[in-house]
Amino acid sequence: MATTEFPALEDTVSAPNGAAKVERRERVIVRFAGDSGDGMQLAGGRFTDATAFFGNDLATLPSFPAEIRAPAGSLAGVSSFQIHFAARDIATPGDAPNVLVAMNPAALKANVGQLEKGATIIVNEDAFSTRNLQKAGYEDSPLDDDSLDAFQVKRVPMTTLVTRALEGVDGATSRDAQRARNLFALGVLSWLYERPTDVTERWIEQKFAKQPHIREVNLTAFRAGWNFGETSELIDVRYEVPPAKDVPPGVYRNVNGTTTTALGLVAASIRSGLPLVLAAYPITPASELLHDLATRRAAGVRTIQAEDEIAAAGIALGAAFGGGLGVTATSGPGLDLKTETIGLAVALELPLVIVDVQRAGPSTGMPTKTEQSDLFAALYGRHGESPVPIVAASTPGQCFDAAYEAVRIAVRYRPPVILLTDLFLANSSEPWRIPDAASLAPIDPTFAKPPSNGGRFQPYARNGDGARPWALPGTPGLAHRIGGLEKQDVTGEISYDPANHARMTELRDAKVAGIEVPDVVVDHEDGAEVLVLGWGSSAGALRAGVRRVRDGGRKVARAHLHHLNPLPANLGEVLRAYRKVLLPEMNSGQLARVLRAEYLVDVTSYTRVEGRPLLAGEIEQAILELL
Amino acid sequence: MSAALPLTKADFQSDQETRWCPGCGDYSVLASIQGFMPELGIPPERIVFVTGIGCAGRFAYYMNTYGMHAIHGRAPTIATGLAAARDDLSVWIVSGDGDALSIGANHLVHALRRNIPVKILLFNNRIYGLTKGQASPTSEFGKVTKSTPTGSIDPPLDALSLALGAGATFVARAVDRDKQGLAEVLRAAAEHRGAAFVEILQDCPVFNDGAFDHLTEKDPAAVNRIPLIDGAPIRFGVDHEMGVIRDDDGKPAYVFCVNVDRTAFDEASRLLAAFAAPVVGQPRVLFEHDWSETLNEVVAGYVRERGRPAERLSRDDRLEVLGRLDAAGVLSQRRSVPAVARVLGVSRSALYQLLAQTRKETHADPA
Repeated sequence: MATTEFPALEDTVSAPNGAAKVERRERVIVRFAGDSGDGMQLAGGRFTDATAFFGNDLATLPSFPAEIRAPAGSLAGVSSFQIHFAARDIATPGDAPNVLVAMNPAALKANVGQLEKGATIIVNEDAFSTRNLQKAGYEDSPLDDDSLDAFQVKRVPMTTLVTRALEGVDGATSRDAQRARNLFALGVLSWLYERPTDVTERWIEQKFAKQPHIREVNLTAFRAGWNFGETSELIDVRYEVPPAKDVPPGVYRNVNGTTTTALGLVAASIRSGLPLVLAAYPITPASELLHDLATRRAAGVRTIQAEDEIAAAGIALGAAFGGGLGVTATSGPGLDLKTETIGLAVALELPLVIVDVQRAGPSTGMPTKTEQSDLFAALYGRHGESPVPIVAASTPGQCFDAAYEAVRIAVRYRPPVILLTDLFLANSSEPWRIPDAASLAPIDPTFAKPPSNGGRFQPYARNGDGARPWALPGTPGLAHRIGGLEKQDVTGEISYDPANHARMTELRDAKVAGIEVPDVVVDHEDGAEVLVLGWGSSAGALRAGVRRVRDGGRKVARAHLHHLNPLPANLGEVLRAYRKVLLPEMNSGQLARVLRAEYLVDVTSYTRVEGRPLLAGEIEQAILELL
Repeated sequence: MSAALPLTKADFQSDQETRWCPGCGDYSVLASIQGFMPELGIPPERIVFVTGIGCAGRFAYYMNTYGMHAIHGRAPTIATGLAAARDDLSVWIVSGDGDALSIGANHLVHALRRNIPVKILLFNNRIYGLTKGQASPTSEFGKVTKSTPTGSIDPPLDALSLALGAGATFVARAVDRDKQGLAEVLRAAAEHRGAAFVEILQDCPVFNDGAFDHLTEKDPAAVNRIPLIDGAPIRFGVDHEMGVIRDDDGKPAYVFCVNVDRTAFDEASRLLAAFAAPVVGQPRVLFEHDWSETLNEVVAGYVRERGRPAERLSRDDRLEVLGRLDAAGVLSQRRSVPAVARVLGVSRSALYQLLAQTRKETHADPA
């Protein structure tokens, strides 16, 4: 990952090299698309790091099939990586790409419908064989008819060019040429947008330091791509996207939401002094969090790959009983399996953090597609009265704060806390300003101490926050028994007393309802009568959609929720202050129902369940229809 | 140990009223455990009982230690997390045949294969008691219960075979009313460093009364219960008149007896087979020798001492580690050489060379 300081900006930008004409662009959306074995995620990732290093603001959207290797050349096997980068602050990975790199006919077919009119398409001409065309469902080559007339098509024989370039590398095979095409494409794009090459070259050198042959092949292919742009007259315009100016100064790192979630948990662990124990069972897309944290042993993190989702939750809860920061990470189907353990944690009143990286359901659904449809499951997915606080992350960078906040709530109030992120946040990346450690709120676990008067320990006595004592095994004088059976208030004895059960139900509910959460902040404009409210990963699309409406001279207000249980205290007042409230969600209107029930406000739902992030354009449209 | 020791049985009795049915085998197990716990010299606050659901699940409430009465079948997961977060506690799991072998069988298997430092006590009464009498995974074939009115069509599961198959490093069986035998087994389990699995056959007087009478009533028990005692010949019968006779290879071949029901032979041979009986004349131990734990301890100790990961040990380091392992008897154990070679990152032949050198140096330096 590139760590970089945003440079101070000059208004003049140095003249570009080469003969091509240079045009200035405020923002560009590039999509790399190819077979799932073509290395598109890698090419996109490298382009992203170079872009971050260069100093553009950016947002990315990787998209790949659920199959590890779908049949080569098929539509089902197309993998893509989209990056939106700009000279100003941006909010989303972009709606319609300006540039598409298509490594084969299937990649072209799967993506051409989403391109901006007049977009540039760079195709690997060599891959447009009769057989590949058939596999993609083309009868005739789209390169030879008029179907692509609305676009600027650049035909580049990438395979031939890479093969020729590799003639200078000892022992290079045709297989090497096949595998290095992505680096060639990356080279072409790096030239086209004046990305710094040293970042990519350094990465290749480090990554393949122990495999000199592969290192040489990749470097050669990358440079060949760059040189092709420089010398060929096929591409006659280069684009300049100057570094972003409106970004606050600080040290930035290009991160995805998985990394920031991991860092948020680690930061909370260090700040609280609670050793982090993460237990998880492999599941897409949450496995990445296990992978990330498994590399952080130096920070005191312990990770356990459990035998199943239920065990993962149990292990995390057991760790919490022992005084650890117990965390389990999963995705939809795994959340279902953990519900019984979450219910136990509600009864035990021990801190437990459950990270749900949402994906499209029901059941296995679409494991590699995003959705925010687990809100009801998180709120209500347990038997009995079992309230659980819910924190929802909004951007890849904000996952850090959301994870930290989930731990803060769990440790202070001692309920299980569900942190909702989603596949889009987990995989999407953006420059993230590394926070100052001193600015992080303290997290104090205050373990129970033996009663000073030698009296009997009361495991279900409560403090001002409604939290019961966290008494660690091993502490003399505090030995006590907890469990899933209903407990007598204060003493913690087993109790079947009806009045006590009613009281305990109320206490558990009041504890969660009383959690201090910050007020929702409204980005208001005088005269605005419509409020666009959102939660989760739609934050970027909503911000961009609102910005477009405002750029068009219309008034609209915007707010985003990070706490879904309890909701901010001022939310009812905010909702009632507007004539209309638009609530876009990537589900069938789950939060809208909650708000209607809670506040009797006629919220207008805008819902999409297509397994993709919301687009700024559709939000703009939805707002305009309400104005 | 603090000055408050020695501990007594009363230190382990909680003030909770025990609510098992009169005559329940759980009472005698509870009394045995409370009775032998003081011997461990571990203060009650460093002991944690984690239990599942079922009659056995209530056990946690009756011990004056830390305890968690968890959810059905999941006690091993909670205990795993607790043990992972805290290596200073003595963690015990109490479970039943439904809890451990049905809904929680997966967790049992994995706790055993991971060799988590926990003691797992499985109270097997071959019936679901708390839900009032359904067939359990250990109920006999043909057993008539409320849920199997025409007799169970499922063959029973053998807990010990399952545990051995999962790679358990300590496996034992005891009977609720055999106080002495139970205490001995529990003591050995407590001393074991990895996961210790103990099946306790326990009577449910309400829903499965007399299920183990053949093992607990004096006369049949003398014939049916074959005690395996470390280092002692296998003898049983009212007057210890029966015994196991081995062939020239040391394999149990015959039972010497007078007028005995044939099922005892079958049971004995099955039991012995399940214990992977050693090929010497006498049963050596109740359970497999736990050399793998010793291997881990010696290597991890050395790595901590030197602050150098196992994969970066020098030849001298390897010699030193090997010397320690040899002194601990690890290398004289069956199947240990490939494991040691893997841990030290050397081939088996290289290991034998190193070992020869270690032994030579040890002899050369009598100090």
